[in-house]
Amino acid sequence: MTDIKTTSARTLRGQVAVVGVGETEYYKRGEAPDPEFKLALEAIVTACENAGISPTEIDGFTSYSNDRSDASRLAAALGIDDLRLANMQWGGGGGGGSAAIANASAAIATGGAECVVVFRALAQGQFGRFGQGPQRNTISGENAHTIPYGLMTPAQMFAMKVQRFMHDHGVEQAALRAISMASYHHAQHNPRAVMYGRPLTEEIYDESRWIVEPFHLYDCCQENDGAAAMILVSAERAKDFPHPPCYLLSAVSGSHHRAGAPVHNAPDYATSTFKTVAPRLYRMGGVEASDVDVLQSYENFTGGVMMSIVEHGFCHPDEVNEFFVNDRFLSPSGDLPLNTSGGNLAECYMHGLGLNIEAVRQIWGESTSQVNDAEVSMVISGPMVTPVSACIFGAESTI
Amino acid sequence: MNDYYLNQGLPKPVASPDGLDGPFWEAAQQGILKLQKCRGCGKFQWGPEWICHRCHSFDLGFSEVDASGRIYSYERVWHPVHPALKEQGAYLVVLVELPHADQVRMVGNLIGDAEQDVLIGSDVKAVYEHHPDDDPSHTLINWALTQ
Ligand SMILES: [Zn+2]
Repeated sequence: MTDIKTTSARTLRGQVAVVGVGETEYYKRGEAPDPEFKLALEAIVTACENAGISPTEIDGFTSYSNDRSDASRLAAALGIDDLRLANMQWGGGGGGGSAAIANASAAIATGGAECVVVFRALAQGQFGRFGQGPQRNTISGENAHTIPYGLMTPAQMFAMKVQRFMHDHGVEQAALRAISMASYHHAQHNPRAVMYGRPLTEEIYDESRWIVEPFHLYDCCQENDGAAAMILVSAERAKDFPHPPCYLLSAVSGSHHRAGAPVHNAPDYATSTFKTVAPRLYRMGGVEASDVDVLQSYENFTGGVMMSIVEHGFCHPDEVNEFFVNDRFLSPSGDLPLNTSGGNLAECYMHGLGLNIEAVRQIWGESTSQVNDAEVSMVISGPMVTPVSACIFGAESTI
Repeated sequence: MNDYYLNQGLPKPVASPDGLDGPFWEAAQQGILKLQKCRGCGKFQWGPEWICHRCHSFDLGFSEVDASGRIYSYERVWHPVHPALKEQGAYLVVLVELPHADQVRMVGNLIGDAEQDVLIGSDVKAVYEHHPDDDPSHTLINWALTQ
């Protein structure tokens, strides 16, 4: 057994491709006309139509963030004959978006499944919100050490990290604003976006209320209802589909030493959790930051986007104020087009799977804010949670 | 009127049913800071866990700690996310690093004007906010700048 053979067998690079994507209509939180499970089905069927296959060809499901649409119920509802993969990535928020793609791809690459759908569905009217504190008399466990002090929502959890990073590196509010401006700019070109027709100006941002310093209203993601899905098959099979193959170059997940230490005790605290993950992402993909043509970075809060862009090597932490300027992030003219569908801030908060779909559309040339000749398209999923994940898609020319 | 930092009505802390943090909450009601300490390697860890992350000993206890530290990070909350905080206005949450306990961190409120400038690195000391008449009775640990 040679080292080369072992090494080449242990990568996802070029082994799997996306052949179909789909989403439901995106709704404001609580406004979906349908239950969550039906939304999941609609997105999956739409993705199958986009790929030109019958839903019965699916033999695997992967998701994340404890998606409530059970794989076996989906398989039964869709009449699937031979379910081969039912996989859930641990962890909350959107940290699992690209990990669910990695898990699906690993199964396909190793013969565990042939045609896997990655999906995420959310109906908060049916199941309740993220951004509200719990209303009960007592609380125990880790939450007992934070909630009684009024620290109870994701915005409040992550503001603490971002504040420390901004302190350490002298980051100014305008850096966060540039991220929000990019998402809203791109949403004005995207009719699917919930914020389509609702442009943002610097003045509106500056005058918007604080949610929790350093986050203004426009630094925080929406909460939405809807569902999104993506169909993956092996690279060999991918040539027979309507779209040109969108190859997976890399997909990794994880977190650093004791990132999950309770009560804000991660030793390396002011981080997007990508310091150990990003080097593995680039190593598997065989690319560097400078090769990336277009970037989707999950905005739970703009501060996480900022730290994740730093930790993926696009910018030195002490040069954030110079790097995070509006024009850099706009498609097609900027040198790092960012969140080109409008992202979680302005397209839809589908726990980030919409970002992965947008990255694929960039490779296909189908984005509403298309980057010229996009060949390397990257996604950063769920900064600041643990585990996080990221992936890189490539056009035929990258293989 | 009372001396509580936050308006009443948030969930009240109780010891974890599995017993992991019971000694912490009991000590707090007596105005003492006790944190988890490993008998194997003598180091503190927080939040509490069943095993020491350094030496993997299961022999863990709770030790009293000098209840002073410095502000590692902070946030000023404006948007109320709980009905009890509707009339609260802004409030300050601090993450405090404890040099006497191997730099573990705790979350609490910073006593004083909610709109004060907060400086990361400032020295603080614990302020015990006792709620003896609540059901269940409990004590919160807040922080005040050291003059
Ligand atoms: Zn130990």
